[in-house]
Amino acid sequence: MPYSSKLLDYFENPRCAGELPDANAIAEVANPVCGDVMKLWLKVADNRILDARFKTQGCSAAIATSSYATEMIIGMDLQQARAVTKEQIAEALGGLPQSKMHCSVLASDAIRAALKGFA
Amino acid sequence: MRRIYLDSNATTPMRPEVSAAMIPLFDGDFGNPSSIHWFGQQAKSLLDEARQHVARLINAETSEIVFLSGGTEADNLAIRGIAEAQKARGRHIISSMIEHHAVLHTCKDLEKQGWEITWLKVSTDGLVNPDDVRRAIRPDTALITVMHANNEIGSIQPIEEIGTIAAEADVYFHSDGVQAVGKIPVDVKRLKVDLYSMSAHKIHGPKGVGALYVKKGTTLKPLVTGGGHERNRRSGTENVPGIVGFGRAAQLAREGLEIESAHLRRLRDRLESGLKARIPSIHINAETAPRLPNTSNIMVDFAEGEGMLISLDLKGVAVSTGSACSSGSLEPSHVLTAIGKTPDEAHGSLRFSLSAMNTDADVDYVLEVLPTIVERLRALSPYYKRA
Repeated sequence: MPYSSKLLDYFENPRCAGELPDANAIAEVANPVCGDVMKLWLKVADNRILDARFKTQGCSAAIATSSYATEMIIGMDLQQARAVTKEQIAEALGGLPQSKMHCSVLASDAIRAALKGFA
Repeated sequence: MRRIYLDSNATTPMRPEVSAAMIPLFDGDFGNPSSIHWFGQQAKSLLDEARQHVARLINAETSEIVFLSGGTEADNLAIRGIAEAQKARGRHIISSMIEHHAVLHTCKDLEKQGWEITWLKVSTDGLVNPDDVRRAIRPDTALITVMHANNEIGSIQPIEEIGTIAAEADVYFHSDGVQAVGKIPVDVKRLKVDLYSMSAHKIHGPKGVGALYVKKGTTLKPLVTGGGHERNRRSGTENVPGIVGFGRAAQLAREGLEIESAHLRRLRDRLESGLKARIPSIHINAETAPRLPNTSNIMVDFAEGEGMLISLDLKGVAVSTGSACSSGSLEPSHVLTAIGKTPDEAHGSLRFSLSAMNTDADVDYVLEVLPTIVERLRALSPYYKRA
């Protein structure tokens, strides 16, 4: 198995999966190469992310990194959330094979895309 | 954990009879078949016996069997060997878009060296049209290479018809039979092939050994030169333990072919009808084509192949996928693309490939675990709407 047990745990038991009915920031990003797609719902107030949910159609790494990043940004201020990198997410899940690094791009791109309308 | 292996188009476990046949070759019967003393002749007679079994499996003469390191080398020797020997005639090769990488990349390498390749399209069921082969033949065509059965979707090509066309045009015809041998009857005379590739580890034999059938009278430039082994077609001391294992596996494959292919077909059909009944929005590739009895390639809407593969693996079930997410190149399978699938459709592909060692209980277990996995992944998809 090319993945860590932590990554597999986030894949099998994803945290923060689902939709957020009262979200005020939503983004959908896709990887045009492999076809993976992630949708992110955020509830933002006072420059802070109060809550977040995600849905991802993609490989195990895409689902796990989506889940981990969504969980991680809850409570962050917008500057911190925008600064989240794909390397950071991948590292926290025990690293990814090089060919899989594109997967976690989905989460960091989705965060930045969702926060586009906020100062 | 219970482990179920459904990836037999990738490789198969050796049958116990095969490993038992190989063991004496490592110490007692260790001789070099080229030596004229007792030890050498002992090894040679075992080598000859193995050659008979492999020849018989495809209705060839023993003198037409060249042992080598596997399917990839067989494809390389066939294509490069003919290309080199035939280049005075012309530098044109006809192949198909769904070949195994061993053929695909070998032809592409020749393309870089100035050869021209006609890549035949296939139908949505993964079949080459023999008329396309006829139309593609030119005065400078040196070789036609079309696989017998596809490794991913299992479609079986009209080899006999292509063979007839090739023979009429007096063009050499190679077929990669790695997936067909041992699963369906193969008769090289009836198929009218000049060259035919085989691999031992796909038929419950050892890895690192295969064979190329080379029809009598075919001129082929060897890739490996040296002591002139294998009738000057492939030098190097023979992998005697591997070849003996291959021989035993070929013998067992031939003896069991009829019963085993019926068993495989029944299990495969049960798997497919069971999945269709339990999972909405799935599609079976090459469903209506002549197809290997052991192969099932399905596409699941709103679920990604690598995610399904990993989920199944965590439940002890081994399969494979043509999803871009599982390939190092991040490209979807060239076979699924060639049969007209979009990258999105290929995204949800799964391949089950069975062997005679699989049972009804294995199929039952997949039917039990896969629907839950698909449901879980679909619930995570932003696009899936429950019906």
